[in-house]
Amino acid sequence: MSGGTYYVPEQSKLPIFASFGLFLTVFGAANWMNGNSSGPWLFFAGGLTFAAVLWNWFSIVISENMAGLNSPQLKRSYVIGMGWFIFSEVMFFAAFFGALFYIRALALPWLAGEGDGVDNVLLWPGFANEWPLMTTPDMAANGEGATKVGPDAAMSWPGFGGLFSWLPFWNTVVLLSSSVTVHFAHTAIKNNNRKQFNIMLGVTVLLGFIFLFLQAEEYIHAYHELGLTLQSGIYGTTFFMLTGFHGAHVTMGTIMLLVMWLRSVLKGHFKPDDNFGFEAASWYWHFVDVVWVGLFFVVYVFG
Amino acid sequence: MAHGPAKGITRWLYTTNHKDIGSMYLWFSFAMFFLGGIFALVIRAELFQPGLQIVDPNFFNQMTTMHGLVMVFGAVMPAFVGLANWMIPMQIGAPDMALPRMNNWSFWILPFAFAMLSSTLFMDGGAPNFGWTFYAPLSTTYAPPSVTFFIFAIHIMGASSIMGAINIIATIVNMRAPGMTYMKMPLFVWTWLITAFLLIAVMPVLAGVVTMMLMDIHFGTSFFDAAGGGDPVLFQHVFWFFGHPEVYIMILPAFGIVSAIIPTFARKPLFGYASMVYATAAIAFLSFVVWAHHMFTVGLPIAGELFFMWATMLIAVPTGVKVFNWVATMFKGAMTFETPMLFSIAFVILFTIGGFSGLMLAIAPADFQYHDTYFVVAHFHYVLVPGAIFSITAGVYYWLPKWCGNMYNETMGKLHFWLAFIGLNVTFFPMHFSGLAGMPRRIPDYNMMFADWNMISSVGAFLFGAAQVLFLYNVIATIVGGKKATDEVWENPEGLEWTVPSPAPYHTFSEPPEFKSSH
Repeated sequence: MSGGTYYVPEQSKLPIFASFGLFLTVFGAANWMNGNSSGPWLFFAGGLTFAAVLWNWFSIVISENMAGLNSPQLKRSYVIGMGWFIFSEVMFFAAFFGALFYIRALALPWLAGEGDGVDNVLLWPGFANEWPLMTTPDMAANGEGATKVGPDAAMSWPGFGGLFSWLPFWNTVVLLSSSVTVHFAHTAIKNNNRKQFNIMLGVTVLLGFIFLFLQAEEYIHAYHELGLTLQSGIYGTTFFMLTGFHGAHVTMGTIMLLVMWLRSVLKGHFKPDDNFGFEAASWYWHFVDVVWVGLFFVVYVFG
Repeated sequence: MAHGPAKGITRWLYTTNHKDIGSMYLWFSFAMFFLGGIFALVIRAELFQPGLQIVDPNFFNQMTTMHGLVMVFGAVMPAFVGLANWMIPMQIGAPDMALPRMNNWSFWILPFAFAMLSSTLFMDGGAPNFGWTFYAPLSTTYAPPSVTFFIFAIHIMGASSIMGAINIIATIVNMRAPGMTYMKMPLFVWTWLITAFLLIAVMPVLAGVVTMMLMDIHFGTSFFDAAGGGDPVLFQHVFWFFGHPEVYIMILPAFGIVSAIIPTFARKPLFGYASMVYATAAIAFLSFVVWAHHMFTVGLPIAGELFFMWATMLIAVPTGVKVFNWVATMFKGAMTFETPMLFSIAFVILFTIGGFSGLMLAIAPADFQYHDTYFVVAHFHYVLVPGAIFSITAGVYYWLPKWCGNMYNETMGKLHFWLAFIGLNVTFFPMHFSGLAGMPRRIPDYNMMFADWNMISSVGAFLFGAAQVLFLYNVIATIVGGKKATDEVWENPEGLEWTVPSPAPYHTFSEPPEFKSSH
């Protein structure tokens, strides 16, 4: 903007195409889930459109910044935007954590006869409250005829003796270490130490991939050996939804950090005093880390 | 920055201008207002007499559902975002919204989302028919297949709202003119800042609850299924944790609009500015701890009934502060009664009636009688129609001359007001009586004893609908012609928006203006 203090961008095709891509993705997903054969095609076409638009969008924002168009005030807008976006993510996870607390603290005791006990007597006779929930109300009341069947085994705390052969423990070690390495990367770029930045960020991305690999191992183990699936009553539901959404966020975060690493290694982006693209990704990474600590205690240790 | 808008359709498709985006939000909202209004008139036509005359019960349920969804997410929320887009940058002396491209993205998601939601009316099994609150298991186990499209429509609307809210917060926090401290901001800006916070806090929770539905429907999870250890009541808790702040999302910006209009036409500064700010914040805080007052009859423990009853009644205190301040602003003022002022005074009176019926509903033991009756329908329409809709209408008449440079026709504006005012009271006041007598919500047929009040409500509804056609005419007539408006438009109105020409230039405040506050 000539003479102004704030960069207001020219007209842009990005938003309308992003909207179209987003629409096509969800429209395809809905068709897919409803069994329409066009669904997967629409879904992937939409996803590709959306990804292409985002690629362009970020490229343009980066080149605007490199061209010096971004005032300190505009940069502050990006910082504020990222901060509040992470807050919205916190609230999304809060809904699922809240659901788990409600189920364990209120719903299951009531189903097991606490309070007036009428649900238990009339609908689910014989159901007893336990966590992890292995015997669902359906199994308690209907035995072999039950359709909602619990898992054969759960992901619970093995005691301190089994700690070092317990996969969630190693996942915690991996993710907490990655939070430290991404912090070292941040310190390195602030000290203008490009080599250390690249190494530390690279290690962070690697740890992200290791976490995802271990998480995939855990899911395969759960499905094939523990009989623990999304369909295994409320324990399977809460276990997979909480860890699954967390895993999806780790995937996002790993991709974000990988892009930042490639930008630094291939293009030499980021300066000691101008690196918010990386910093935003690192904030996101710390956020998924904090969520994991919550999961580790609520879903695994006390689960 | 001399250049004006681009030519042709691409001006609207590719725009990054807050005024263009504001206009698109407002026109989109207007279209959805008429669509949701048509659904409402189908409901009222069927209820004109007892018995089934016009639609079958399943389609009736689709109409109640779609009416609520379209009005809440399509009409009221986008209208407030449209007003925010137009007015916040002009009121704080900013050149535009903080993130102009994301601003346009927030808008353009909405037409796609509502096209998808509306298309469910033509799908096998029909549109969603489980009420706008979509309680499980009606919305999961017993839902039509179109529920999947409904879920994804909600998802992308939520993304739009979150991005819009982030943009508004970044704008207000980062782009105020020098000298405009937080406690000198216009109240419309303050109320929107708090509303944006509420949006970011609860739209993700809505996304969470529809995701749980999606998983239960398509992937065999047990969130809302007691057979697997879940609980249908869990749905209501998560939904209303979103839903109660949501009703304040639909009313806090209204408080801001009315707090701008009443001082102008009372020719007195707003009474109790600081207490208005604190009351808004208090209402927002309380909105997070009252959600289960929507659920008094589902079998909450007695401690829950009591906590949510008392917390709900507490809301009357900051709301009372606001009503007192509006009345005190008018007290001994040199009042005139132009159209925006008429709508604002009606807002204060009728919203207060809705507030009082809310207080009645907050009393848990009494709610067992009122729950799911037309008394509830009367209550929330008294807070939403004269609350949200009247304030939006007042805001449009108040700022339209600034937007398009022409004065609206005062006689036509007043005619619109009186038709709408009479229409809404004739529609919704009798619902208190039919509700107290026991008429249930969301039902296409009813006992003969409710016939008279229902017939009156239906007549009122069509009158209210006709009044809105007049509104559309007034807006278009003002845009295409009419007396030229002055830059100030009104007599000594307060605010930076009145320091720029009418119509406001395409780009305002490229350089931050000098801000001097009177309070």
